[in-house]
Amino acid sequence: MVAAPGSDPTAEHVLNRIAFGARPGDVERVAAMGVQRYIDEQLRPDRIDDSRMKARLEGLTTIRLSSRDIQEQFERPLMEARQQRKQDQQDGQPSPDMRAMQQKAQSVILELGEQKLLRAVYSDRQLQEVLTDFWFNHFNVDARKGRDRTFITEYERDAIRPHVLGSFRDLLGATAKSPAMLFYLDNWMSADPNGPHMEMVQPVFRRGGRFGTMQPRMPRLPPPGAKNARKGLNENYGRELMELHTLGVDGGYTQKDVTEVARAFTGWTIQMPRLGGGFAFDPRIHDPGQKVVLGHVIKAGGGESDGERVLDILATHPSTAHFIATKLAQRFVSDTPPPALVDRASERFRKTNGDLREVMRTILMSDEFLSPDARGAKVKTPFEFVASALRTTGTDVDVNNAVQYVRGLQQLGEPLYMCQPPTGYSDKADAWVNTGALVNRMNFALRLARNDKDLALALGGPDFQRK
Amino acid sequence: MLSRRVFLKNGAFAFVSLGFAPAFLTRTAFAGDRSGRSRRLIAIFQRGAVDGLNVVVPFGEAEYYKARPSIAIPRPTDAENGALDLDGFFGFNPRLKALKPLWDAKRLAVVHACGSPDSTRSHFDAQDYMETGTPGLKSTADGWLNRYLQAKREEAAAHEKNPFRAVSLTQQLPRTLQGAAPAVAMNQIAQFGVRAGQRSDEASALFEAAYGAAPDRILAGTGREAFDAMKMLKTADPAQYQPANGASYPGSPFGQALRQIAQLTKANVGLEVAFADVGGWDTHVNQGASQGQLATRLNDFGQAIAALATDLGDALDDTVILTMSEFGRAVSENGNRGTDHGHGNAMMAIGGRVRGGRVYGRWPGLAVEQRYDRRDLAVTTDFRDVFGEILVRHLGLSDTHGIFPGYNTQTTKFPGLFAA
Repeated sequence: MVAAPGSDPTAEHVLNRIAFGARPGDVERVAAMGVQRYIDEQLRPDRIDDSRMKARLEGLTTIRLSSRDIQEQFERPLMEARQQRKQDQQDGQPSPDMRAMQQKAQSVILELGEQKLLRAVYSDRQLQEVLTDFWFNHFNVDARKGRDRTFITEYERDAIRPHVLGSFRDLLGATAKSPAMLFYLDNWMSADPNGPHMEMVQPVFRRGGRFGTMQPRMPRLPPPGAKNARKGLNENYGRELMELHTLGVDGGYTQKDVTEVARAFTGWTIQMPRLGGGFAFDPRIHDPGQKVVLGHVIKAGGGESDGERVLDILATHPSTAHFIATKLAQRFVSDTPPPALVDRASERFRKTNGDLREVMRTILMSDEFLSPDARGAKVKTPFEFVASALRTTGTDVDVNNAVQYVRGLQQLGEPLYMCQPPTGYSDKADAWVNTGALVNRMNFALRLARNDKDLALALGGPDFQRK
Repeated sequence: MLSRRVFLKNGAFAFVSLGFAPAFLTRTAFAGDRSGRSRRLIAIFQRGAVDGLNVVVPFGEAEYYKARPSIAIPRPTDAENGALDLDGFFGFNPRLKALKPLWDAKRLAVVHACGSPDSTRSHFDAQDYMETGTPGLKSTADGWLNRYLQAKREEAAAHEKNPFRAVSLTQQLPRTLQGAAPAVAMNQIAQFGVRAGQRSDEASALFEAAYGAAPDRILAGTGREAFDAMKMLKTADPAQYQPANGASYPGSPFGQALRQIAQLTKANVGLEVAFADVGGWDTHVNQGASQGQLATRLNDFGQAIAALATDLGDALDDTVILTMSEFGRAVSENGNRGTDHGHGNAMMAIGGRVRGGRVYGRWPGLAVEQRYDRRDLAVTTDFRDVFGEILVRHLGLSDTHGIFPGYNTQTTKFPGLFAA
């Protein structure tokens, strides 16, 4: 049954925002303990016993694997089969059916999606899961970009989830050094255009590759006088790091800063990417010269520490505090959050050196968050819609049937771990409210409710689309 | 309950005893300027990087044959397998013969050596850039087609809120249509609706009432549009559609997608931008020449587009069908009788107002020193100039300033697909 609205509007509101909606009995429980205490409890996930969650995830074998093991067990057989197919086709032999292997390789991301959904539905550390969703989106990577699908399990588990209520600088650093991000925003192949490696005939990395198994490739020497001469430097990460991860688009940086940041990060790469390797610093492709970032001089010869310096500068910049505070307030309060609240959260960010637990406390304990104005002010994303529908109905979800809901999210427009732009999925209503999406939500509700007409109407109707 | 019949301009379908006509439909059918016929764009994305050099073949280049000993398309003198001569220098892959009559009728133009200024050879990134219209910039939130829809809406202040203004015949909305302007994705137009088996109508009515009573503007408004759209499609009865003029679509998913686009076009529902995509172009191994892997794909591709053009009939005068693919393929064949990722590519524009029968764009040549990075067809026409020309000269946008941010669109750089 859908929780009776109005039983305790504040408790219901809090559950809609810091959890994925209420499970049967939740509203009463939170109302009885008091919303302040519930929020306090959720801010300390490490003190919440979540052992039952572990048991529910038992059947998902890949979510505990390292990128290296995923590569070894899922991608390597596929690569070898492709080689074999090439050989067979040249020899005129029938080629092996690779569908099964491809499906197996794709199952890694599917399992990760099942994990995400099961945690959203059942974890008692609800705020941690809401924030993992938020921060993954903030530091978005897409599983469809080449080998990134082998890196994302580790990325969410080790770079994102442990830091969502910790230090922003730690979170930023973990993403900056993650193979998932290094690959997604191309930094792994960014190189000093004037470095000695550019003279090499055989590049450091190998070239070639087929769609889906893109190979590392070193920018080669451009032909003399070529108009579109390729440079070794790749600015993608430098730009998105400032625009999307820290300062925000109006955060006060210039194109010159983008280039300088990109220079600082040259050499931050992936060790043997084909083997699912981890972060590595390669001094051969690093630009050793002096950099000036947002007015700060980074002296020549800093090597790997150049990138760390840049992250320090960005993490402590006032624009970052304001940008992160704004995004969090948008997620938890409203699409257009009250400026006074953003200012207080931003202030808290600066005072605490980016302690995300304290920033969250400021937002969640604020009058603005608990005000009746905030209730129902947000439209659920498809993931929130599905998770909250499963929670409110008490539907049994397990490792055997979670996959159908994960697949259903594709139809609802939010395929998990497959958001192409680095902006991540939008958190605002206008991105999700359109005719096709609404029809799909109604159909999802009808399927979930089966023959219960009233329930289908409640889940697919306008009220339930809001939170 | 008010009962009336609403016939559409072309009488393709009618609302009988539905009780009312959807609000936007009355606007589309009866209001607006009836003198100026509305223009539309059908964008087709060939995902996976089609080998443009084997689609529109530069048979006049000796270098082409040198670089592709086993996969080149023979010169037109080879009656059986040779290229279909277009202008004495370029020829179609013979398996595109279904499109040749459109070329002969000067309704099909090619822009060759066209593409992105960005050097990426990643499908993922290059598709992204082509769809956002911002090469090299990943964080662009919306697609260029959606920005067009937004801009046009602002130009015509009272533009109707039409759920079928932009439709993608895909499972998910493609990047190029994502953004603030409404656009809808559907795999099968016949399946767009509330589905509850025998009780679909009942369920639909209940939801409609619930959304109609919703207190908030955004959900109530969008809900109303959704139900309007469902009724319209139901009445259009997609299952009964018969293509006109003897058009015969291939049974492939791509052929069926184009068939549905024709259907929406002719139903006069205000379709302005349609999108479809088709894969299978990433031919690294055993690409084939006049026969084989790529040829088979092109056969389906050409037949589907030819059927669409035939089916549209007069409506082709107000339509541009544009094909695109993220980048071309290397000039030289590789060790597996295939081609690796390249750079410049060929686009096709088809329509009644297109100045067809010509290959546009400066041909850079295929000699090693003329190639991009000494390996790929160079780009001499930025794809934004092709898009820009269609937006301005076909769809009537006054300027493309906000559509391609950071790019200085100048009409002098337009390839010249339309009379200025």
